[in-house]
Amino acid sequence: MPGTTARKSRTPLAETFRRLRRTPSFVAGATLMTVLVALVLLAPVLTKYNPVKVSPRDRLQPPSAEHVFGTDQYGRDVLARVLHGGGLSLPMGVIPVALSAIAGTLLGLLAGYSRGWLDVFIMRIVDVWVAFPAILLAMAVVTILGTGLTNIMIALGIAWVPYYARMVRGSVLEARERVYVDATRALGSRSRRIVLRHILPNILTPVMVMSSMGVANAILAGAALNFLGLGAQAPAPEWGAILADGRQFIRQAWWLGVFPGTAIALTVLAANLLGDGLRDALDPKLKL
Amino acid sequence: MFGFLARRIIWTVPVLLGICVVVFLVVALIPGDAVGAMMAQVKLPPEQMAVLRRQLGLDQSIPVRLWHYLTDLASLDLGRSFFGYHPVGKLIKDNFPATLQLTVAAMFVATLIGLPFGILAAVKHNTAYDLGGMTIALLGISVPGFWLGLMMIQLFSVQLGWLPITGRGGLVPLIMPAVALGVAESAVLARLTRASLLEVMREDYVRTARAKGLAPRKVIFRHALRGALIPVLTMFGMQFGTLIGGAVIIENVFARQGLGTLVTNAVINRDAPVVQGVVLVAATMYVLVNLIVDALYAFIDPRIRY
Repeated sequence: MPGTTARKSRTPLAETFRRLRRTPSFVAGATLMTVLVALVLLAPVLTKYNPVKVSPRDRLQPPSAEHVFGTDQYGRDVLARVLHGGGLSLPMGVIPVALSAIAGTLLGLLAGYSRGWLDVFIMRIVDVWVAFPAILLAMAVVTILGTGLTNIMIALGIAWVPYYARMVRGSVLEARERVYVDATRALGSRSRRIVLRHILPNILTPVMVMSSMGVANAILAGAALNFLGLGAQAPAPEWGAILADGRQFIRQAWWLGVFPGTAIALTVLAANLLGDGLRDALDPKLKL
Repeated sequence: MFGFLARRIIWTVPVLLGICVVVFLVVALIPGDAVGAMMAQVKLPPEQMAVLRRQLGLDQSIPVRLWHYLTDLASLDLGRSFFGYHPVGKLIKDNFPATLQLTVAAMFVATLIGLPFGILAAVKHNTAYDLGGMTIALLGISVPGFWLGLMMIQLFSVQLGWLPITGRGGLVPLIMPAVALGVAESAVLARLTRASLLEVMREDYVRTARAKGLAPRKVIFRHALRGALIPVLTMFGMQFGTLIGGAVIIENVFARQGLGTLVTNAVINRDAPVVQGVVLVAATMYVLVNLIVDALYAFIDPRIRY
């Protein structure tokens, strides 16, 4: 039957896309995230205002046709700040996660594949590492590195490494017992080749799912640290920093709180939907 | 069970020791030292910097400094703040109760909202209740707690005048911070309770309870929920760290006294001993809370006997 042939010839990648397309939360998250990223990328076209240019004459204007999200205490256009700020806030969700996923995967692979004393050593360090609340560990790292956006991203990246290491090690232990790994070993493959060629591709799915769910956390944690004044310095329009900046004026000017906060919440919502969707489509075992 | 608890308690000792070593190393090994950080704003001549380094013991080798740090810790001496020279132990003792109070209140809020939502969504699986509850939960985990706090202040304190922004004594000033901190946690709890309960309801012992004619309510509350609470309890232990971290932010929003305000100022001033002390206390609390959680398993689920 032609239908059966078509199903058989589907590549793993095509199958993954088919499953993702059929997962409503993934579609919703991907759509929302695409819109948000497009708005941020098109910021210079969408708004004529400079996000950091002070204009005392226009201070604390409520939303109007001229200033759709109003203006702040320095007369800066809030829409321009929120849109341009996305360029600083969105990487906060991606870079720390990439750092911790890469470092954690390497540690987990090393521990899981080597076993023996190296495994014990790495995993005991991981046990200690997870005991530190991520935000506080990140704050400790910022104490030494100094404040700044890059330092916050490094600090958060360091704080989340052990979670990936634990998960990857578990997956490696499971994968290395499989028949195909035995077979490759019997064929005389070296350890490194087995790990990189055969085990790594099989643990990438859980790493991807965990990373996508981590993005939402990273955006929230990054915004929070920026809100505390540990990241972007004035007048940089990072979303958490915008909220901290306008904090004293929210009483008179609600728009200073509502719009940047909604931007954070929508981005986190999109990341959560994407994460849930990826998990449901790729790794149903993890389904909550 | 006692054998398990004993092993678990013994294992806690090296973890706690490891935490102390890491807290020390985070500050000791990263380039730049405390004196450089302290003097970032004030320029001192190199000779005076050297004197200061000697006074703080920073001229000694790292193993020697680690030994001093650990022996001081053994006598509960957490060092002194670079600013004001206050004993860190006292600063933490003065601020810790407020943070603990907020964390416990947030856990209470999370349970109060999250558990019923999760149970309802599982019992009414695949209905409008389920979909509605889980949509609200998704929104709940997506809203930043500190922003929720700011918005609540605007609405309930500034506009309506119902609740005080801050203040001491009584539970009323605790309501808004606890809700701001607990909402995201309640959403996580609702999702987990739902998932866990759905899984348990498929198990044999629940089917048996149902088959022997127990009322559905009894089946859920007497049998299924008990089993379903295990992962929920584990999550509480693991989320304790997140809550302490969240409390740091929420305290700043509500200008509440606590470890959060203490540590934020310390980070900005690069006051390493205070940051070290707070991180050490938080990590130790996390380890102890998880120890208690492990011990509680056996009481909740009669099937678990170590």
